[in-house]
Amino acid sequence: MAAGFKIAEPLEYHMSFLKENCRPDGRELSEFRTTTLNIGSISTADGSALVKLGSTTIICGIKAELTNPTVEAPGKGYIVPNVDLPPLCSSRFRPGPPGEQAQAASQFIADVIESLLSLLQLCWVLYCDIMCLDYDGNILDACIIALLAALKNTRLPKVTINKVTCKPEVDSKERHKLPVHKHPVSTSFSIIENSILIVDPTADEESLSTARLSVVTDEDDRLCSLHKPGGTSLSAEKLQTCINRATARQREIQKLMEKVLKSVKAAQ
Amino acid sequence: MEVSAPLNVSLREFGCEQSLLSRPDGSASFVQGDSSVMAGVYGPAEVKVSKEIYDRATLEVLVQPKVGLPSVRERSQEQCLRETCEAALLLALHPRSSLTLVLQVLHDDGSLLSCCLNAACMALMDAGLPMSCLFCGVTCAISADGQIITDPTAAQEKDSRALMTFAIDSRERKVMMSSTKGSFSVGELQQCVAVSQRASEKVFQFYRDSVRRRHSKSL
Repeated sequence: MAAGFKIAEPLEYHMSFLKENCRPDGRELSEFRTTTLNIGSISTADGSALVKLGSTTIICGIKAELTNPTVEAPGKGYIVPNVDLPPLCSSRFRPGPPGEQAQAASQFIADVIESLLSLLQLCWVLYCDIMCLDYDGNILDACIIALLAALKNTRLPKVTINKVTCKPEVDSKERHKLPVHKHPVSTSFSIIENSILIVDPTADEESLSTARLSVVTDEDDRLCSLHKPGGTSLSAEKLQTCINRATARQREIQKLMEKVLKSVKAAQ
Repeated sequence: MEVSAPLNVSLREFGCEQSLLSRPDGSASFVQGDSSVMAGVYGPAEVKVSKEIYDRATLEVLVQPKVGLPSVRERSQEQCLRETCEAALLLALHPRSSLTLVLQVLHDDGSLLSCCLNAACMALMDAGLPMSCLFCGVTCAISADGQIITDPTAAQEKDSRALMTFAIDSRERKVMMSSTKGSFSVGELQQCVAVSQRASEKVFQFYRDSVRRRHSKSL
């Protein structure tokens, strides 16, 4: 009976839970779903990570190449993130060129990680392919975690310049880590019916929301991004609540990432 | 780090012209300093069955850059514009219809997204589409030495360490849309929001003057 009500009147169904300060899956309004992280699963990539946020599954693979620097920033390497939402993950995505959601997500991630890596000595370009395997809402958070974990897992091969030919020679056996200085973590919120604020929305909750907000914080309590693409307006107090929740989340995720990286190092 | 907010909010010279194109139902051109954007609105019109929504209008936004084909950056600008317009427009009055908003970037000298927002709002007004509130775009940049610059030029944007664009609504001066780049603290964010709200007063006054001037001529 509840399943019929959910399909016929989705907003009423969710509001009946939200009025009691809980959600259909039993979570509190400010509770995240269980986050699982697995790194180094793709052996052919230079770095990889798999993140599960409840049912939402995102995998990120990083390939490094030597290249000429861009005209705008000579002397530096760059990162090219690409988010792919294939028809596999949800029935709302059709095959073909990337849709608006995937492209907007790629741009959001590019803006967040722009200042992340220090000047790469040699001109490396890192192609980050982020693919969603299962879409159950809140892909931006999961993508940022996957990308950060994959970057920390990335091992760049040693490059020497051959004095005779003046060409770079790549030595795949010897690898060194990528220096990642900051740890930005994203926290996404949904506003339902112009007033109720929930954290980590599922796909159903996202489709009912009147506004979305993503706050990206790093470990110095500085904001890397405040992404609110339109929708109903937000008061200053609610915004402050969101920022506080985001800083708490940043600590949790950083701890989780350190734990996983330590276990990987111990296993090697 | 102390960030100093300017006492008087300084914005570049504004310019606006409405109804300049003959084919669209509404059109407007908005100029901020040297940044210039032209917007055209078509609608309410026929909608494709695959895109129709049973209880409200379907809004589609297209941003065409000055040079080249629209890329990922334009898509994210389109998403911000579309969701802001959807919150301001009374879409429920035109179910199963389509509204198309097309923006052409004529020149980019900084504050492009806020220029697009302003042009979009003026074009929607010119088309006579019912809206629950007006909105305006304000861009703030935090320079390397901690100054908050409103309505930065392209050169100022390049030297800044953080860039924020806000869409402010006309009824309660609340933040409808926020798009930021670069790293900043919570205090800096709050100061920039306050500065943007002050700047939005000037922009809304400009809208009022512009529409008043236009309609007084047609009498």
